[in-house]
Amino acid sequence: MAALTARRAPVASTSRAPIVQVENHFQPHYPHRLNFYDKAPHFDVTLEQFESYALNRLRILAEIESSFMRNRSHDDLRTIINTQQKKYLPLNSNTAVNIDHDEERKRDHVSHFVLRLAFCRSEELRRRFIKAEGTLFKVRWETDDSKERVEWLRSRDFGWIEVSEQEKSELEPLLKACTPPAFLKNFESERYYKVPWTRVPDLVEKRRAVLRAGTAYVAGREQFSIVFQQFQADLEKALEMTARALPRLDEDRLTPILDHLAQGFTLGISSEYSSAPENGESITADMIDDLARKHFPLCMRMLHSNLREDSHLKHQGRLQYGLFLKIIGLSIEEALAFWKQAFSKKINDEKFRKEYEYNIKHSYGLVGKMANYPARSCQTILTTFLPGTNESHGCPYRQYSEDNLRTALQKTWGMSGQDLQEVMGSVKTQHFHVACTRVFELTHGVKKGEGLGGGESVNHPNAYAQKSREMEKAKSEAVASAVRSGGDDAMNID
Amino acid sequence: REFAYTLQNDAHLRYLSFNDADELKEQVIKPVLQQFEVGAIYNANPRDKKALPPGRLQPTRREFVFDIDMTDYDSIRQCCSGGAVCKRCWGFVAAAVAVLDRSLRRDFGFSLLVWVYSDRRGIHCWVSDESAMQLTDDQRRAIMGWLEVIKGGKEMVKKVNVRGGRPLPLPPALEEALGILSSEFFIPLILQDQDVFRKRKEGWDVLLDLIPDKEVRGRLESKWAAQAEMEMEDDDDEEETQTNEVRKSEKKWEDLKKEIKSVPKGTPRRQALTAAMEDIVLQYTYPRIDAEVSKHRNHLLKAPFCIHPGTGRVCVPVDPLRVNEFDPAKVPSVGQLLGELDALAGSAEVDELGWEQTSLKPYVEMMEEHNRRILQASRERKMMSEGRKDMSW
Repeated sequence: MAALTARRAPVASTSRAPIVQVENHFQPHYPHRLNFYDKAPHFDVTLEQFESYALNRLRILAEIESSFMRNRSHDDLRTIINTQQKKYLPLNSNTAVNIDHDEERKRDHVSHFVLRLAFCRSEELRRRFIKAEGTLFKVRWETDDSKERVEWLRSRDFGWIEVSEQEKSELEPLLKACTPPAFLKNFESERYYKVPWTRVPDLVEKRRAVLRAGTAYVAGREQFSIVFQQFQADLEKALEMTARALPRLDEDRLTPILDHLAQGFTLGISSEYSSAPENGESITADMIDDLARKHFPLCMRMLHSNLREDSHLKHQGRLQYGLFLKIIGLSIEEALAFWKQAFSKKINDEKFRKEYEYNIKHSYGLVGKMANYPARSCQTILTTFLPGTNESHGCPYRQYSEDNLRTALQKTWGMSGQDLQEVMGSVKTQHFHVACTRVFELTHGVKKGEGLGGGESVNHPNAYAQKSREMEKAKSEAVASAVRSGGDDAMNID
Repeated sequence: REFAYTLQNDAHLRYLSFNDADELKEQVIKPVLQQFEVGAIYNANPRDKKALPPGRLQPTRREFVFDIDMTDYDSIRQCCSGGAVCKRCWGFVAAAVAVLDRSLRRDFGFSLLVWVYSDRRGIHCWVSDESAMQLTDDQRRAIMGWLEVIKGGKEMVKKVNVRGGRPLPLPPALEEALGILSSEFFIPLILQDQDVFRKRKEGWDVLLDLIPDKEVRGRLESKWAAQAEMEMEDDDDEEETQTNEVRKSEKKWEDLKKEIKSVPKGTPRRQALTAAMEDIVLQYTYPRIDAEVSKHRNHLLKAPFCIHPGTGRVCVPVDPLRVNEFDPAKVPSVGQLLGELDALAGSAEVDELGWEQTSLKPYVEMMEEHNRRILQASRERKMMSEGRKDMSW
């Protein structure tokens, strides 16, 4: 594992500081888009870059994993990953203009290696990482420009020898016998390669090559299989080596980042929601019941209904729900009104002012240390401040017993039968964000696999609510314009 | 290197290892063993296994091995069953050796092979090429994918399914195997000696099940059923019919071939029937390998020259080029060898008595030759790698 030094850049107090230019003793240059990741990056990056590049890559890998969980076809997966890549980790071909190719490829390179550190530590994490990375490689291979792909292959020494025309005709009957009927017509133009059979064990196992004295004769179209095999085998070895070297990594700045990354597969990636969208309509306290019913994810629905039932919520529940509402667009005045009214059955005005008002203002960053607390992401909700007895915050997909969860889903949305089964299935395998996303799809009439748009899964309660409201808005606008145009037509008498 | 014992009381001891040949000899002679097995070479001394953290002891090198167990042929061999092998059913072993020996050498380029007879069981093969020694479990599994053809347990009637569900041509490797089997073994072994399709139950019943064409199957069934009835009446003349007539299986096979010829060439029906016929030949003669033995490096295999505790016969090497002539009944047994030594002790000519003077001699020589070649290959490898380093004169 080569040295990857991270230097802390001068940190500004908000997260919107410009990315500080780092002196590079070595400017990386990447002539090709595809990468086998056999050479570690040898340049410097900031700690922020270290984390943010890796997070972006992790989003994509986590999406790949949840695609497998949802049994998406490979074509669907490819489409979704391509969209995700454009957003988080673009990787354009050499023919694309006006792109800083080296910068894109550098991020790709660095993020892969950072994630190696995060995922090398257990057998299972390694396996999942290899599977996801292998799939990503496959998608990139398939979407690569074919000329560039050939160039890239040539630049790497895979140890293939092209089979001469003479040898090919000598072996013709055998080679043809190995060719699926659909490809026989291409036989003349197909190129063949010789490799040691151990490079293509999966082809040998399925008798898809001709073997002579330990050399396999492989059709060009099987090339991908060889490369893919190599990619995974090399990655497996590298991860094992990394795992062994890891204890020697004496960097306490990196450990929390790596821990945080390692959880990415189970919990989805956290997004920052620290303030309400500026152009969102402001919410008033009396809108909340209606909004809850239409747009809130299960965690918030449960908190809301518990609040209504008990006229009370304990501290963590108030925080989780309150911050969520803040980002929805509930102003401080409306918040105070909301909570006061909600507690009114048990707590009088005087007590409310003394014991609760300050905390609400605090969570809005208006008093005390003036910290503007962000609304909690799914990852945070799943891992911190786990609920004790009599508390109802947290993620219900995780916290509720199977029976209670079923009841909750039935009562809240009338879910039953196969749909319910499916959601419970995701819960059983601990893919909580997949369960929540599926619920979103089912309750909003969204096609399976679409998620919150472009296949994205739920990673923040506010993302759920926001998308839900956007959909409602879009629908009502469509209806409004249909009405309008209908009206116009009616007026067009001539 | 791991060794394992089975003691007289059936106790099984694994993960034994020794420091040198002398210690091995001493420790093998001392206890009275029922069985003695050889395992893999590990990254630490197997006998230290308990002192190591779990999972630490890993195989590094191991011969590529095969175990052909005759009990896998019980459903088709007619002469023996269970723990018994005779000259007749040895034919199945000969077929297996012919196919496998060829494939291992030709397809994979292995050359250091030794086949070892396993009394009352079948035969083993040890491949000692360096490339074989270093194969991982996954690679061994891949080779088994290439070699294995007979799959499916008792409930699976059609055990040969290598065409991807359609009557496609056989993969070239199997095409060659089929050539050997149909020209050298199917008729003499299956049809003539074993006469597998003589009776109905588990005989031509199964054959009919393997024919995909309803019409052909129907016609053959009625013909053969009628014949069977007639035979029952002729029971007294059984001896006569056996010597005079062509074996029943041969006749039936002719019947099948005639039916197939009656179907026009080039039609899908004809293709399906021809493919089925080829698959039948494979199903009855292709080697039946215990794949699990070959796939895992930590699997133990009986050592060559072990003595069978029941019969006293020695597990001797077999020359693959003369496998057809091998007769299990003529394999030397301990009793026989001791008798030979006793007879010689009588005459005063010989001072030192050893295996050279017994029937064991050719077999020991075979093994020595095999070992010599392994050592030579190892020397050549060393010279090549040293040759590269030492450029100075």
